[in-house]
Amino acid sequence: MSETIKVGMADLNICREPDCLTTIGLGSCVGIALYDSVTKITGLAHIMLPSSKEIKNNSNIAKFADTGIVETVRLMEEAGAKRSRLTAKIAGGACMFAFAMKNNDALNVGEKNVRAVKKVLEELKIPILADDTGLNYGRTVIIDSNTGIFTIKSVGKPEKQL
Amino acid sequence: MSKIDLGNLNSLQYDVLKELGNIGAGNATTALSKLINAKIDMRVPKVNLLGFSELAKAMGREEEIMVGILLLLEGDVDGMMMFLLDVSSARALVNSLMGKPLDDASDDINFDEMEFSALREIGNIITGSYLSALSDMTRLTIVSSVPSLQIDMAEAILSIPAIEFSKIGDKVLLIQTQFDDDSQISGYFVLVPELDSYDKILSSLGL
Repeated sequence: MSETIKVGMADLNICREPDCLTTIGLGSCVGIALYDSVTKITGLAHIMLPSSKEIKNNSNIAKFADTGIVETVRLMEEAGAKRSRLTAKIAGGACMFAFAMKNNDALNVGEKNVRAVKKVLEELKIPILADDTGLNYGRTVIIDSNTGIFTIKSVGKPEKQL
Repeated sequence: MSKIDLGNLNSLQYDVLKELGNIGAGNATTALSKLINAKIDMRVPKVNLLGFSELAKAMGREEEIMVGILLLLEGDVDGMMMFLLDVSSARALVNSLMGKPLDDASDDINFDEMEFSALREIGNIITGSYLSALSDMTRLTIVSSVPSLQIDMAEAILSIPAIEFSKIGDKVLLIQTQFDDDSQISGYFVLVPELDSYDKILSSLGL
């Protein structure tokens, strides 16, 4: 029986065949699914902020793009995945509320998160195979360790499989 | 440096924040009740320190579709104010404002432009009365932005205030008040001041 393991906000986890990983309601947060197609070891991180270096209280490493992705990769390698085989699929980073009044940080954090995630993945030389980011709606994602298929569900939109 | 430590609020501070929620939401509930000419009950406000993953669960299901109306706050109090409704409540509110029968409520999330604008206006009136009560009580100036509205999963909507809190810690302090009438309308007020603003609010009340 395959299990679907839930990853919360500012959380990360890995799984093996035949399990799936899911995270619900990505708004401005970004979900990063990493996959090794040979060992089928799969990781998912749900980050909230771009960088641990800009924040004093940074003990929760799953919260940031930089430390969260690095930790997910470390756990996957520990489980037997190979860095050179890893591929990434990312989703989220929406701008949920639009304001004309002022340029509020909290409101374009989605865009910053996506940029930071791409930069970290580039530094780790992990190619991004699918990217469903930005716009203004929430996304629930599921990564299937059997196939590496990344499913994205949104309100009032057809389900996407990447 | 901020004096208040969200992880270690004492019971007096909790009570004061609860009272703020009480007065703000009390005013807002009255405004809502007048607007639709029906009796609406307000629950006792809750002040909770929640982990990010518990946030949406505090209001129901994470994937439940909700209407979120968000205002940014400036002035003496910086932060956000959010007004959340489930879809059938939003539908019932719009229907009552537009003179359609209340029991026409459905879970249809496709509001037209007129209905969106009505919802935004409801949000404006209701959050306005919440904030003016708060401002009167604390004698602090609170300026709010025009409301922005979004219909989406509860977790996605609540991630916006959560991200604001994530910059200072791993918990969200939620001043949350639920209201409902006997039949159809239920929702939440959520006040999310920035950390420094808590200091101002509490010290304006002599704490």
